[in-house]
Amino acid sequence: MSTDPSPILTQASPQSVVNNFSITVGTENGSGSQTSNLTLLRAFFKMGIPVSGKNLFPSNIQGLPTWYTIRLSKDGYIARSDTTEIVIAMNAKTFARDLALVEPGGVFFYDDDIKQPIQRKDITVYPMPVKQISVASDAPSNLRSYVANMVYVGVLAQIIQIDVDKICQALEFHFKGKQKPIDLNFNVVKSAMEWAAENLKKSDPFSVAPMDATSEFIMSSGNTAGALGSIYGGIQFAAWYPITPASSLAESLNQYLPKLRKDPKTNKNTFAVVQAEDELAAIGMAIGAGWGGLRSLTSTSGPGISLMSEYAGLAYFAEVPIVVWNVQRMGPSTGLPTRTSQGDINLTYYLGHGDTKHVVLLPGSVNECFEFGWKAFDLAETFQTPVFVLSDLDLGMNQWMTPPFAYPDKPIERGKVLWEEDLDKLEDWGRYLDLDGDGIPYRTVPGNRHQRSGYFTRGTGHDDYANYSEEPDQWVNNMDRLNQKFELARTAVPDAELFPNDGAKIGVIAFGSVDPAVKEAQDLLLSEEIAVDYLRLRALPITAKVREFVRAHERVYVVEMNRDGQMHQILTIEIPDCAMSLISLPQNDGLPLTATWIENAILNKERN
Amino acid sequence: MAATLSPKVNLVDLSKADYRGATTTLCQGCGHNSITSQIISACYDLSITPEDIVKFSGIGCSSKAPTYFLSRAFGFNGVHGRMPSLATGALFADTSLTGIGMSGDGDSASIGMGQFKHVMRRNLPLVYIIANNGVYGLTKGQFSATAEEGLNLKGQGQNQYMPIDIVWEAVISHATFVARSFAGDPKQVRELLKAALSHRGIAVLDIISPCVTFNNQDDSHHSYAWGRDHEVALHDLSYVPVAEEIMVDYDDGEAKEVTMHDGSRIMLRKVDKDYDPTDRANILCMLEDANRRQELLTGLIYIDTEQESLFDMYNLPDEALNRLTPDRIRPSRESIDEINALMF
Repeated sequence: MSTDPSPILTQASPQSVVNNFSITVGTENGSGSQTSNLTLLRAFFKMGIPVSGKNLFPSNIQGLPTWYTIRLSKDGYIARSDTTEIVIAMNAKTFARDLALVEPGGVFFYDDDIKQPIQRKDITVYPMPVKQISVASDAPSNLRSYVANMVYVGVLAQIIQIDVDKICQALEFHFKGKQKPIDLNFNVVKSAMEWAAENLKKSDPFSVAPMDATSEFIMSSGNTAGALGSIYGGIQFAAWYPITPASSLAESLNQYLPKLRKDPKTNKNTFAVVQAEDELAAIGMAIGAGWGGLRSLTSTSGPGISLMSEYAGLAYFAEVPIVVWNVQRMGPSTGLPTRTSQGDINLTYYLGHGDTKHVVLLPGSVNECFEFGWKAFDLAETFQTPVFVLSDLDLGMNQWMTPPFAYPDKPIERGKVLWEEDLDKLEDWGRYLDLDGDGIPYRTVPGNRHQRSGYFTRGTGHDDYANYSEEPDQWVNNMDRLNQKFELARTAVPDAELFPNDGAKIGVIAFGSVDPAVKEAQDLLLSEEIAVDYLRLRALPITAKVREFVRAHERVYVVEMNRDGQMHQILTIEIPDCAMSLISLPQNDGLPLTATWIENAILNKERN
Repeated sequence: MAATLSPKVNLVDLSKADYRGATTTLCQGCGHNSITSQIISACYDLSITPEDIVKFSGIGCSSKAPTYFLSRAFGFNGVHGRMPSLATGALFADTSLTGIGMSGDGDSASIGMGQFKHVMRRNLPLVYIIANNGVYGLTKGQFSATAEEGLNLKGQGQNQYMPIDIVWEAVISHATFVARSFAGDPKQVRELLKAALSHRGIAVLDIISPCVTFNNQDDSHHSYAWGRDHEVALHDLSYVPVAEEIMVDYDDGEAKEVTMHDGSRIMLRKVDKDYDPTDRANILCMLEDANRRQELLTGLIYIDTEQESLFDMYNLPDEALNRLTPDRIRPSRESIDEINALMF
């Protein structure tokens, strides 16, 4: 993505680097550094500079090393960067490692309480009297360690010229307008700025300057967006169980539903959210509600998906619409629960025993989390089947600049539901009777008082009228009909999005949060005179467009964040005639993928 | 005479046949069939419209039973031990419906123990029947978690473990209606079912329901013989619907009356003076004493009609959630700008 912005004001020397570098802050988790890091991120954003922030945090509450990386990119690249030009070291335990992280020519800020050797001569070093400034602030002693992190905000702001008003705006947002904490933090920022102005001599080339490249964007997280999208999709029931990195999706439902979904006349809730005892119950409740005719959702991550598999298989077989969000984290097992991954593709696509396969949506941006939030319900109810939305920790939990959420451009589609008056008109109705020949039967829901409305839903074999059956033909016919539905869904899911390059003979297929890195890699490869077409998958099963794309290219690299190349496996199965031209490029270290990794991986294959 | 030719009907003009289900495929003499016929009788007697009931079950012989009653009602046969979650979600769709959950000791006291306990603490309005036979029937005769220590079963040897007591578990998990009965005492089962159907909250019925094929030896605690010999009814129980007068006068202290949420009443006669069905601590002592004496204590063991039900906690509209039209579940077009403004 290139937004082609131009800096409005630049006073720096020709060697200066403006709005094009990365900052890494090393702190301890639980120390309140997240407030400082988000304040920086938001201040840059409000200055109009394209920016991204990644929280690289441990699975812990307090005391372990944690990092936050911010990338500023005048060209609009928002993937994580492999290099970091500015490092802020606040944690003695990672001091040496953080020091080594700085690119030659870069800058190292550090808490001067940390007495460790600094032997690098190729970087600029600024000490910060963190304790002195925070003690001198008017913060009560119990809050001093929290506001201490504002010291680096102030010192950095002074050295690289962050607009102080934007810092203030960011604090006002963070503290929801509460003046006391805003003042407390802002005063520390100001003291630190004053200290830096008096005591530090600027001797590095990095600075920021206002741009106009973010005014068309908002800043949000995928989990917030997914929750809001679901609310605009008419969600009526959610059941969930806490799990990183999915919890904030359900918590956002709890936050925004009361604002948006109280009946204006009666002030009653048009929704219900239940925190279940585990994921087994969460999906059971969601399936009950979906069967009952509610737009129903559960949200979880890989371990929860594992627990949900039996009920998911039943929902597929019994044709119950539900939406399941899988905000992926690194597995197997507990794995790296605070690190990102795309390792649940196969698990989710085929979740359940026997022949099961599911419609899976693959949002590639925060904005698309919103869009798929509502679209998932339409698909689930149209096809009477579970629909999974595969997000990940990076997309779900980090703040991203993203286009504003757009109001749904289609009316709510509830699918084939019969009420009393509909049944009066229908002579022959069976829950699994394919009246239209499209594989999608008509359903009734409890509360329908028609004498022919009731039926018995079961996980066991059944005939068209939902009666128990072990007849081989009936079993086969039913499974074939489910497949017919699935093939029809192939034509209805969000289609893949093409990002072409002139004359490209090779292609890249990717999906989800790696999108910005792939787009940037396209540009990097072009500068190496390798034109690459990029196709972003937005759903499974794959559409005709995906097949055509693969067939139209000599080689297609499948870039994804897992070990085994799971999407590559699926594509190989679905397009067997092109199996040899599909090349797997998986990477799975827990960190958001970078453009240079993709560039090098492709160069490596292309030049060998 | 014409009058004798037309079938007997209840207040909603339905005959008992309207409450039946498919022919049972359970073993002849199975206690579950007796429970099934009492469900049919109770619903018929109370003139409940079948479409107002929703049936739920898990996996096992007990969980097959919902097919054998109220075929006009919706039903959902879920996965093993996870009927409570299914019922929780489904009943949110239309809270005017009455849920009947049919489970067994294998389904609820082992894999389903978590969901069993949690549905108690949520006080979901649901008649939760556990057809308790101490054995896994569909898998042919293994010990269940309610089997008594020392029980000998063919091919299984002797049970080494202590049993789980469904009633105990329900009471300490804050269930608001807990009863125990015996499939061999159909009248009591029926009256308890009627009371349970009127309860606004979770109503647990632990019904000893002998498995005639795998666990009906005379000395088994879940057999017909043992039940007949050891049943001690806490009281003579009768259910009085809202519209009916109590026809019998009771002497002071001879009967206890419990008024249900809907105004109907449960009359408990011949009760022990010290028995108070609302005193949890005392009930646990009473159950412990009964166990020590090897008595099968039956009747309404605990009741709390005051506790909020799950649906009372959710500020739901009067009409069913599943009947809300699309315009009532999608926020207005104008609101999207406000939402975007709330982001940074």
